[in-house]
Amino acid sequence: MKSSLSISLKLVLTMFLSAFVAYAIGLYSILPWWSFVITNFFIAILFGQKPINSFLAGALGIGLLWLVLILIMDSQNQHLLSTKVANILPLNGSYAKLIVITSLIGFLLGGFASLTGSLIRKPKEV
Amino acid sequence: MRLLSLLVSAVVTIALLIVLNTQLSIGTTKTPKLGYFLSPQQGFWKNAEKINDNFDATILSSDLKGNVDVYMDDRLVPHIYADHDEDAYFVQGYLHAKYRLWQMDFQTRVAAGRLSEIAGADKLSIDRFFRRLGMVYGAAQTEQYINEHNPIMKATVEAYTKGVNAYLKQLAPADMPFEYKLMNYTPEEWTPLKTYLFLMFMSYDLTGRSATADLQLTNTKEFLGYDLFTKLYTNQQDSLDPIIPKGTVFAKPSIIPIQPESADSLYFKKEGSPHSVASTQKSPEAPDKNNGSNNWAVSGTKTKSGRPILCSDPHLGLNLPSLWYEVQITTPTHSTYGASFPGSPAVIIGFNDSVAWGVTNAGRDVLDYYEIKFKDSAQKEYWYNGKWETTTNRQEIIKVKDSADVIENIAMTHWGPTMFDWHYQNPQSKGRNLAVKWTGHNASTGVETFYKLNRAKNYDDYINAISLWKCPGQNFVFASKNGDIAIKQQGSFVARWEHQGDFIMPGEDSSYDWKGIIPNEENPMIKNPLRGFVSSANQKPVDPSYPYYLGTAGSFPLYRGISVNKRLAEMDQITAEDMQHLQTDNYNVFAQVARPALHKFIDPEILSPEANRMIALMDNWNLYNNENEKGITVFKLIWDSVENAVWGDELAKSPIPLTKPESFVLLDQMNKDTNWVIADNIDTKEKVETLKDQVNLGVEKATKVLLQLERAGKLNWSNFKATRVSHLTKIEALSRMNLPIGGGVNIINATTDTHGPSWRMVVHLTDEIEAYGLYPGGQSGNPGSPFYDTFINYWASGKYYRLLFLPKEKLMANERTKWHIQFKTI
Repeated sequence: MKSSLSISLKLVLTMFLSAFVAYAIGLYSILPWWSFVITNFFIAILFGQKPINSFLAGALGIGLLWLVLILIMDSQNQHLLSTKVANILPLNGSYAKLIVITSLIGFLLGGFASLTGSLIRKPKEV
Repeated sequence: MRLLSLLVSAVVTIALLIVLNTQLSIGTTKTPKLGYFLSPQQGFWKNAEKINDNFDATILSSDLKGNVDVYMDDRLVPHIYADHDEDAYFVQGYLHAKYRLWQMDFQTRVAAGRLSEIAGADKLSIDRFFRRLGMVYGAAQTEQYINEHNPIMKATVEAYTKGVNAYLKQLAPADMPFEYKLMNYTPEEWTPLKTYLFLMFMSYDLTGRSATADLQLTNTKEFLGYDLFTKLYTNQQDSLDPIIPKGTVFAKPSIIPIQPESADSLYFKKEGSPHSVASTQKSPEAPDKNNGSNNWAVSGTKTKSGRPILCSDPHLGLNLPSLWYEVQITTPTHSTYGASFPGSPAVIIGFNDSVAWGVTNAGRDVLDYYEIKFKDSAQKEYWYNGKWETTTNRQEIIKVKDSADVIENIAMTHWGPTMFDWHYQNPQSKGRNLAVKWTGHNASTGVETFYKLNRAKNYDDYINAISLWKCPGQNFVFASKNGDIAIKQQGSFVARWEHQGDFIMPGEDSSYDWKGIIPNEENPMIKNPLRGFVSSANQKPVDPSYPYYLGTAGSFPLYRGISVNKRLAEMDQITAEDMQHLQTDNYNVFAQVARPALHKFIDPEILSPEANRMIALMDNWNLYNNENEKGITVFKLIWDSVENAVWGDELAKSPIPLTKPESFVLLDQMNKDTNWVIADNIDTKEKVETLKDQVNLGVEKATKVLLQLERAGKLNWSNFKATRVSHLTKIEALSRMNLPIGGGVNIINATTDTHGPSWRMVVHLTDEIEAYGLYPGGQSGNPGSPFYDTFINYWASGKYYRLLFLPKEKLMANERTKWHIQFKTI
């Protein structure tokens, strides 16, 4: 059986679950910033999906969570700090690039964490 | 297949995680942990403050005796109303921490020699310098003294400490200041020692220049030979307008310091011995030579209102966050407003409902080196007064990030710590064993001076408050509502014979020791002078009839004081606005004298057309260092170039940097002796250059640079000067660069590229107190806050804010009052 992407309710639900749990855990800054790697991993183990679906659920869950949070904080701040950081990092002062890079980090790390979890389960036929 | 995929996926996940959670090295710096730094719930995004945020809050603490109300005005200045003094200082600590935590931490780390702990081995030299200089030692002396003898100050500093720590206890890691996240470390608890370390830092900033200057001057004397040295490094300042007017009669001195008989051979004419240099460490930059300030007070006889006006503007490095934090503190015992130091309780420069005060640096020499003869490299014994004395060992441990601890073993002598020995040398110390004696090492209750000034009601209270002041020596200016004005240079000043302490002194016997500390009553001071004003601008406090030696002329800028006194003498019917104009005055008194002096030698016939064009620009200039003037740029580059031409070849032959002679020395010679032989460039053996040759040569060399500047559009003064207010890490993105402001060295508006009026204050002692002030920064130290650099534009354009100083009910109702922070005791 080919493992191809099929947008299912399960994908969407695990995406929201990953995001929600990551956000809730993230409220406790005593825990490390990468705690979502652990939670994504376990969510993927619990809710078996095709690996590609799992990757996307985890990637979009974290990537979009981060994007939304950042867009809110950044616009409330009128890009004051993001512009400065985009000058400290070699981004030529572009806060847009900074937002993209940040979201990309969440996307990739969240995705691979979920992918790893999904590959631990025994392969299931859909 | 699946197992392989699993392994690959796991490896990628872990690899990503590691890269994003590690500081990556780029050159000498490290990036932040990128995943952490960019994460929305913990990283820098959390410091992106909402514009138009609401700062109302309620804070509960069992450390408070009563409730405290804090009202924030629209500049984010807190007005603290407390029923108990200690509660006010608790809240001051809390607010300092809330708005300036990282700065407090960073500045005390520098003083404590703990930069390597967060920044790595690169900073080790600097840390070792401060440890060996005795910064921690001095702070510990003060802490011990206050704990044993001064219960009120102990309680004050402890209350302040509790306030800082109360803020820290409730601080979630996600809300840590930006710089901690950038540099990857975390805040630590505040202690009273840190407050004393901060005050040591100010002592170093204002008196520690000697630690470098004394070595450099000794090396210069040895290099040039004493006879040539005395010609170029004279202390005679004929045009001096001292702080205490010329002709004032001074009391007979109670100490008569006499130069030891051996001084000629062992001190003045001593030649440098060829020591091998064990290792050379980088030194931190010596405190800026321009660290200084202006202050003055005009009496009611010269003001429009008949009430005195007091002004104070300290000149320090221009940094973000600013050294200063504005605050009002009102308790049943007193009500005061002014600039405070994050790191210390009380108001430092300010006013209360009866008096106003301000400070400028005295610049007196209070730090000396003594050369030590150790018995051997174990350094347990040293030769003193005919026998071997024992040293004690002081161990300081320096933690180094990503590396092993470094242990400093410092041999403590009766003079003070052995700063340089075979363990630690820099290019200036030339292999010598040197112990350092510094008034900064002695316990001082400096914080009590401010505590008392905050509560002073009259002249007697002011004198009483400053009588405790030891280090760094300051010129305290004073004015009161009831009409008194006064100025006193106060500190622990050493009773010196002429030139004692300019150079390294022999440390093998007591004959070169300090002869005593000048009693307070003999320190220069004046009250209600006939001329109707008092002032200081770091010039020598007295004329040569004063019976004690002050230090080398290089420590006492000559020209700003001349400008200030000339203007104050001329002025009448003075208003607060007139004083604002004076504080921001750009007139160049030095150029007024130097330009015609240059013209005695400038020969248009031998100069190129472009050089003549530049000379014309300089001549058409109105002598004001205003931002758009070009003539000042031309003048400055020409003068610097002429100085280089005259001094250059002599000094450049030295492998280590030497002290440059003062500008007034060259200026005096230009006015007196057009055939001065020192101008001879010894590299060109055929002819003997005269001053005329050197001046015209200097003009041509300057012209080359000026033409380049002109082409780049940088000939006008503010573009050339490029004044900037730099973040403490020097990161440009966090700094404000290229500010449109004039001024400069020797100017009342003493703004150079990195240095200038770090606080400007004008206080008109009317019944309501009409006060104005600002500093080039903002009340919030958070680069993500709109309050980070709020005042900089106003400051650059010479404007001022009206300072709100009101009783609680009036302040609550004021239209500028925006937020309320309630502290409640539980």
